Amino acid sequence: MALILVVVIPLLAALLCWIPPFRRFAWGITVVSGWVVFALTVFVWHEVLLNERVVSLPRWIEIDGLGVLILGIVSLVNALAAVFAGGYMRRTEHEPERLWWYYCNSNLFAFSLLVVPAVADPNLSWVGVELVTLFAILLVGFERSANALEAAWKYAVLTMMGAPVSLFGFFTLFWAYHAVSGGAPETWQSIQAAAPNMDPNLLKISFLLIFVGFGAKSGLAPVHTWLPDAHSQAPSPVCAVLSGVKTSVPLYVILRLIGVVLGSPMARVGHWMVVLGLISVGIAAFLLLQVRDYKRMFAYSTVEHMGIILTATGLATGTADFGAVLQMLNHAITKSLCFYVAGVVLLVLGTREIASIRGLFRISPFAASALLFCSLAIAGAPPFPIFLSEFSILSAGLRVGQYAAVAILATLIVIAFVAILLHVNRMAFGEPDAPHLAKPLPLSCRVAVIAAAVPVLFLGVYIPAPINDILQLAARELGGH
Amino acid sequence: MTGSIPEALNTLCAGLVLIAAFAMVATRQVQGVIRFFIIQSLLLSASCFLLGYSRSSIHLFILGVLTILSKVIAIPWVLRRLLPVDYYERREISQVVNIPASLLVALLLAIAAEFLTGSLVTHVSDPMIVVNVPIGMAGLLIGAWALIARREAIPQLIGILAMENGAFFAGIVIANELPFIAELGVFGGVILIVIVVGLLTRNIGETVGTTEPAAMRELREAPVSWR
Repeated sequence: MALILVVVIPLLAALLCWIPPFRRFAWGITVVSGWVVFALTVFVWHEVLLNERVVSLPRWIEIDGLGVLILGIVSLVNALAAVFAGGYMRRTEHEPERLWWYYCNSNLFAFSLLVVPAVADPNLSWVGVELVTLFAILLVGFERSANALEAAWKYAVLTMMGAPVSLFGFFTLFWAYHAVSGGAPETWQSIQAAAPNMDPNLLKISFLLIFVGFGAKSGLAPVHTWLPDAHSQAPSPVCAVLSGVKTSVPLYVILRLIGVVLGSPMARVGHWMVVLGLISVGIAAFLLLQVRDYKRMFAYSTVEHMGIILTATGLATGTADFGAVLQMLNHAITKSLCFYVAGVVLLVLGTREIASIRGLFRISPFAASALLFCSLAIAGAPPFPIFLSEFSILSAGLRVGQYAAVAILATLIVIAFVAILLHVNRMAFGEPDAPHLAKPLPLSCRVAVIAAAVPVLFLGVYIPAPINDILQLAARELGGH
Repeated sequence: MTGSIPEALNTLCAGLVLIAAFAMVATRQVQGVIRFFIIQSLLLSASCFLLGYSRSSIHLFILGVLTILSKVIAIPWVLRRLLPVDYYERREISQVVNIPASLLVALLLAIAAEFLTGSLVTHVSDPMIVVNVPIGMAGLLIGAWALIARREAIPQLIGILAMENGAFFAGIVIANELPFIAELGVFGGVILIVIVVGLLTRNIGETVGTTEPAAMRELREAPVSWR
């Protein structure tokens, strides 16, 4: 029941935001719905811990460890982004009467993100991922400037091209499954069980098609080009959700499918995942060196992290799978923090250009320390959580003897690390070029930044047992062994 | 080739679907592209009906009706409502690749589709699967090419929808027992795609003043100058 409410509440909130008398309270509605959903997710999380699976509507709405992990990060990031949006959107939007449209949309976006991990039918996952893409288009173009619309168009075309391709893949998957199922309904669980008997050729083709279609949506290279554009143009709270969890949601479907494909003895895809993942990490690392816009910088870092997760799953060992899901969690909490901070810096200075920012510590100590904190965390400095997950992925790679892949991955991570800190160092320290007048920050933005920083601070040192157990369950789901 | 009448008619539909895909690549008029898309969708639904008849499945008939409702009626109507008339009357002059070359690429893609899906249908005895899967893949790839080769907003959107038609043309034979709710979701999704992209196109037209979103090239990575 709680799981159904998790999906339905954002939809109701969107409806409320749309009804004219309630439009004035759109922000309040969004925040309340965000936190109620988060509380319910915690409840579902607890139930999954007890029973390994929660079935709300057999065959349609079911969730397991991997699903609840995604549900958890989506609802957390979403709730914090709703808080952050209050002050940020009021400050940046020139037509306050349009704000309800933003909140209505962001609730729909939240709905679509929460649907994907909650549904049991792979075909409905496709529908969910398409909805995610669609609502994101409206949010990316929300500011309606020429640049924002260009980014939205690029995003729309690149990611929508993936839709029919992956649809073909899901049809093929159904075909492969239907031939061996004897009429049993198709759910993620049942296809995983049937995988060893399926035609490996069909399975491989369907995986390939879905991977191409959804890879574009997760920002994997070479179809990552929409990502920096969308992230530099969308409002910062949207970026937090877009980068922190929206990229992870299609990747979640891909990971599910890797679990299925690994169950089939003939269809080996591990090496491909490693190679494609490393290409993404590599492209991102070198582009990180030459970015000029700090929001684009964080966007490329997302491409990097998606590549790392993919590489980790390709290594196909239990530890690497654990590292992959841990990286997903850490990426979500850290990257969303990064975009709240980027939003704060944008509010203080009004520019996104790295080169024109110097001595941020003199201008706004709060923004500068937050920027330094989140950059260290996202680049993967110890003792932050990303360091932990990257370290466990690298050590898992060494244990299975993938020395070349580990060496390349480690080098690229170091390059990305240096690049990010080089840029941030320029921005944070030194003397300001011109005397800036820092604008005071809205309270909701400060609160969101501090609240988002708490898990980033603690998860690197200590992973509480309830989180650890879910991660273990999720990693098992992913392994297929 | 011997076979029952529905099978023969289905093969004819498949051929015409492929021709419609080529026609979309070759047409300059925006209005013409939409027309060929409607024809292709009608052929898709005809194939649904034929399959439904030969496999005696009511499900496929519903699917055919849904295709007509969404792609032949709803989508052109939504586009008309959303976008001003000057989007339709345009003739596309500046294609990325000229039309003969573009048709050649489409031809190569059709051959590639045959190879890609060849291994899938070798062990299949059902003649409709053997026909529909490669043609569906060809429709998908040619649709993608139409999308890449064009710069006007509406032909690009129609390119996406033509890809969807291709996927469905294969889907109706290999996944016709898909749960109904999933199919409904897919059709709803297609209409939503048109609404959202149509809205975006209108915004671009109003703000930037172009019907060629592909011409916007502000955002890209330029090397930083290290001081």
